[in-house]
Amino acid sequence: MSSDQGQTNWPLQMEKIRDARDEAAFAAVFAHFAPRVKAFLMRSGTDAAMAEECMQDVMATVWHKAHLFDPSRATLSTWIFTIARNRKTDMLRRDRRPEPEDLTWGPEAEAPQEDVIALQQETTKLGQALAMLPAKQRDLIEKAYFGDLSHSEIAAETGLPLGTIKSRIRMALDRLRHAMG
Amino acid sequence: MTDIKHHLTDSLLMAYSAGTLPEAFNLAVAAHVSLCADCRATLEGFDAVGGALLDEAREPLADDSLAKTMALIGQGAPAVRQIRVDPVLPGPVADYVGGGIEAVRWRPAGIGVRQAILPTSSSATARLLHIKAGVAVPDHGHRGTELTLVLQGAFSDEDGHFKRGDIEVATEAVEHTPIADTGDDCICLAVTDAPLRFKSLIPRLAQPLFRI
Ligand SMILES: [Zn+2]
Ligand SMILES: [Zn+2]
Repeated sequence: MSSDQGQTNWPLQMEKIRDARDEAAFAAVFAHFAPRVKAFLMRSGTDAAMAEECMQDVMATVWHKAHLFDPSRATLSTWIFTIARNRKTDMLRRDRRPEPEDLTWGPEAEAPQEDVIALQQETTKLGQALAMLPAKQRDLIEKAYFGDLSHSEIAAETGLPLGTIKSRIRMALDRLRHAMG
Repeated sequence: MTDIKHHLTDSLLMAYSAGTLPEAFNLAVAAHVSLCADCRATLEGFDAVGGALLDEAREPLADDSLAKTMALIGQGAPAVRQIRVDPVLPGPVADYVGGGIEAVRWRPAGIGVRQAILPTSSSATARLLHIKAGVAVPDHGHRGTELTLVLQGAFSDEDGHFKRGDIEVATEAVEHTPIADTGDDCICLAVTDAPLRFKSLIPRLAQPLFRI
């Protein structure tokens, strides 16, 4: 069930956690993502013990906020990244992290399957593009995300092809706005 | 919501996604994104970059990791923050005010201008500005970056005309005199990471007093 090749249907696992508080589904999500969250926190400068504790907190949030996951706007990796990043800010800087107003689906308005699949594909392409960037640009992006660059040092030009994924997310947002009236 | 003309830069959105901005800048970004679907889509694109980086590396877990996490889950969900709905203040700003626009505690900050400093960490300052219709904010330059998000009314300066939802990103190169439109009083969220440089003498004297 929890193959590491990205074949697992994560939106389905999240639905099971959301609707049935399914512990087996959560164990699968945990087996895949917990080691990644821990590695991410350690790359951001946290020691192993702190990263372990903080990771458990992040994964508990994944359970509690399962109803806020919208697979037509973010893959599970992306969504868990945002939770880990927020937790990191709380922990390392003791700052509050202001978040934009949430736009979430009502329980009866599920995202259409084809939008979910299209977003997964765009995200995969973005990941491939990131892997193929010239070393210098890739280095810049890693430094930005792991906290080694201040905002004024981040160049606007990253060389990342964000265009298609942006328009995909934009479509999901427009549909959401319509659904909310 | 549809005709926002002045947006955040990609580097600010990327830094917000990475989590490296000062708290006050995070607030301005979160407030603009609450009003702007374009920047929200760009931001969620940068979040996807973060997701791709998350996918790359793994670290072995402690033996009792999952059991401890399930125990943590068993303690129950943390309290969910109440979403405040206000016609002027976007959700994240209302959170800092602790209520809607009527709850803002204004202080005088010169002729025709009132301000309220919001409680963020000290690395940058966030404040709400209330500028009477037709009033000009004194001509000034910037030592760092200044973000000004319009929440009500509108203002004009050398860079253009800014209405609700528009955000002006001013850097060291910018020198400007924002003037509120006649008609409606202008309310803005202004964030700075360094004191502004005023040209005329009187605002310079008043500066330490008003922390602008
Ligand atoms: Zn925008
Ligand atoms: Zn200015």
